[in-house]
Amino acid sequence: MAEFRRTGVLPLGKLEGKVPPRERLLRGPCATIECVEWIPCNPCEEVCPVGAITVGDPITNTPNLDFERCTGCGACVGTCPGLAIFLLDLSGGIARVTVPYELLPVPETGEVVELLSRAGEVLGQGKVTRTRRVGTTWIVTVELPAEQIFEVRAVRVCNG
Amino acid sequence: MRLERHPILEFVRGKRITFTFDGESIEAYEGETIAAALHAAGIRVLSRTRSGAPRGLFCAIGKCSSCLMTVDGIPNVRTCVTPIREGMVVESQRGPGKLNPVFRHRPHEAVCKEAEVVIVGAGPAGLSAAKVLLNHGIRPLVLDENPHLGGQLIKQTHKFFGSRAERAGTRGFSIADELVEEIEGEAEILRQARVLGLYCEDGRRVLAVAHAEKLLLVAAKDLVVATGAQERFLLFPGNHLPGVYGAGAVQTLMNVYGVKPGERALMVGAGNVGLIVSYQLLQAGVEVDAVVEAMPEIGGYHVHAAKIRRLGVPILTSHTVVRALGKERVEGAMIAQIDGKFEPIPGTERELAVDLICLAVGLNPSTRLLEQAGAQMGYVPELGGRVPLHSPLMETTVPGVYVAGDCAGIGEASTAMLEGELAAFSLLAKKRFEVREKIALVQRSLEKLRRGPFGERPRTGKEKVFTLMKEVAVG
Ligand SMILES: Cc1cc2nc3c(=O)[nH]c(=O)nc-3n(C[C@H](O)[C@H](O)[C@H](O)COP(=O)(O)OP(=O)(O)OC[C@H]3O[C@@H](n4cnc5c(N)ncnc54)[C@H](O)[C@@H]3O)c2cc1C
Ligand code: SF4
Ligand code: SF4
Repeated sequence: MAEFRRTGVLPLGKLEGKVPPRERLLRGPCATIECVEWIPCNPCEEVCPVGAITVGDPITNTPNLDFERCTGCGACVGTCPGLAIFLLDLSGGIARVTVPYELLPVPETGEVVELLSRAGEVLGQGKVTRTRRVGTTWIVTVELPAEQIFEVRAVRVCNG
Repeated sequence: MRLERHPILEFVRGKRITFTFDGESIEAYEGETIAAALHAAGIRVLSRTRSGAPRGLFCAIGKCSSCLMTVDGIPNVRTCVTPIREGMVVESQRGPGKLNPVFRHRPHEAVCKEAEVVIVGAGPAGLSAAKVLLNHGIRPLVLDENPHLGGQLIKQTHKFFGSRAERAGTRGFSIADELVEEIEGEAEILRQARVLGLYCEDGRRVLAVAHAEKLLLVAAKDLVVATGAQERFLLFPGNHLPGVYGAGAVQTLMNVYGVKPGERALMVGAGNVGLIVSYQLLQAGVEVDAVVEAMPEIGGYHVHAAKIRRLGVPILTSHTVVRALGKERVEGAMIAQIDGKFEPIPGTERELAVDLICLAVGLNPSTRLLEQAGAQMGYVPELGGRVPLHSPLMETTVPGVYVAGDCAGIGEASTAMLEGELAAFSLLAKKRFEVREKIALVQRSLEKLRRGPFGERPRTGKEKVFTLMKEVAVG
């Protein structure tokens, strides 16, 4: 049995090839898809306006992302029912992560929020640089230390 | 305890009304059920057993009889599916309840009705079947016992899995709205119409239906049964306490009626339902102390587990609930690690200060009507237990009676919709409509959704059913 089937937490090793290379992230935001099981699902493929995501046939394939084609628009982040897609960005010397957010209250731009790991540990604090809605899901972008962009996968409003 | 704000849902409440509970005046909103209104007022103990043990609701879909109360003098009313009305007199009862001696039954004639096709259950399966029939010029009669159509879908705030063609990525309750809209005004729909009996004799099919305080007898040529599923219970001391709720009941309270089911929860079961409902509890502002799972691994999709893990909810595999604590309602839960034989390991017990224990330990197909009609059943654990045998075209051993969705084997909304379509096409084929290509198309989509490791159980389950069906046909 794979360890993540027991813990619910993906180790970085399971994400090899799924994380955009640093050179790509220096040029601007790009999606990263943490969906590693054969489940019958494909909304990410359908919603991407530039065709960067491929699930194909059968629908139980895991999604494949073309980092070069992805524009970092965030449509997939707000559409994926597994909340398994995030945007990473290292452009302009600032590190940012964009996460889907479906709780209340919704953080505001400029607000300082807690940064959470895949296991729910608080890794520090970061400033919200942008919030927007994709359909009925909010997607929230936070600024954070560059070394944390591969670790932070959720945010929590302080004293929320 | 009513939710005023929710990240996904908007609660549109009806007129303010007043009713009494054991003599005490309580405010509620029109459109709520009696049980939801009481829960919102903080009342969890609805009745007592003969020995005085407290009883609260459990399933909230009218199937488990845990919420029976006396309403306007009539005992044993299922308060979880009965809408509250201005001036209602609601009383808790002890034991089976007593009929007021002055109550006189008003005799009335049964109303008779005929229909070419009747669909029982308006979840995704039934609604999809109705749509296909309408497209071919047949106007079905759709019966559902709930005040709201859409079955399980109306409680699902999460976006659905499946293929975009089956509306994946859309939130469950929106899918329900879309499906209902497609048939509303065209099909004949009866809400709060509970099918009590199904009699198939001499090629006649008659349904006994309780509707608008009358008995309706419906003679149908063909029938699609899409009654869904009901939740499994779990044995542990204290499981009778109000506050031990089925996952579906928790969803109904918080997502349909906007009533907070508790403040702190323990979730039992880490299948998709347990994982999703844990996330929905967080969305409703309820803390989730832990998810316990008896198996050594998480049963549901990793992506659903990841959602709650990153918000700090622990998932404890090889753990179970040992007992519920409290006298009148849940005041805590004892959990423990279990060994390979599912026995608690001494010394690993731990107490959680929760007021809600939510059970998500699986579903059983709701097959009572089919059994009554004499449909042959088979025990297929992969599909949730006893299921009606059926052909790959969804026809049961009773000719003209078709099944679809969870009542034909626990699956997903996506497969329920396809099975509903398939049942309708198969019925049409018998009526000599040219639908062979459509049937092949739907079967192919079904087959694709059941691929991969998570599709293995339903896939083998269905194969077993088809084999058993063949044996019956031959024998
Ligand atoms: C928490 C949770 C999350 C889920 N997530 C997903 C998901 O992401 N993707 C997915 O594809 N599926 C999902 N599902 C599964 C999906 O909701 C069900 O498989 C689907 O709703 C089954 O459809 P159905 O039409 O067979 O039954 P149901 O939706 O259960 O509908 C049955 C209907 O029959 C009516 N009925 C029953 N008995 C009678 C009677 N005697 N008389 C009259 N009416 C009657 C009921 O009132 C009900 O409306 C989820 C389920 C749960 C509980
Ligand atoms: S971020 Fe936009 S462009 Fe990139 S994969 Fe997602 S939807 Fe496609
Ligand atoms: S939409 Fe999300 S869960 Fe579904 S296949 Fe794409 S990444 Fe996976």
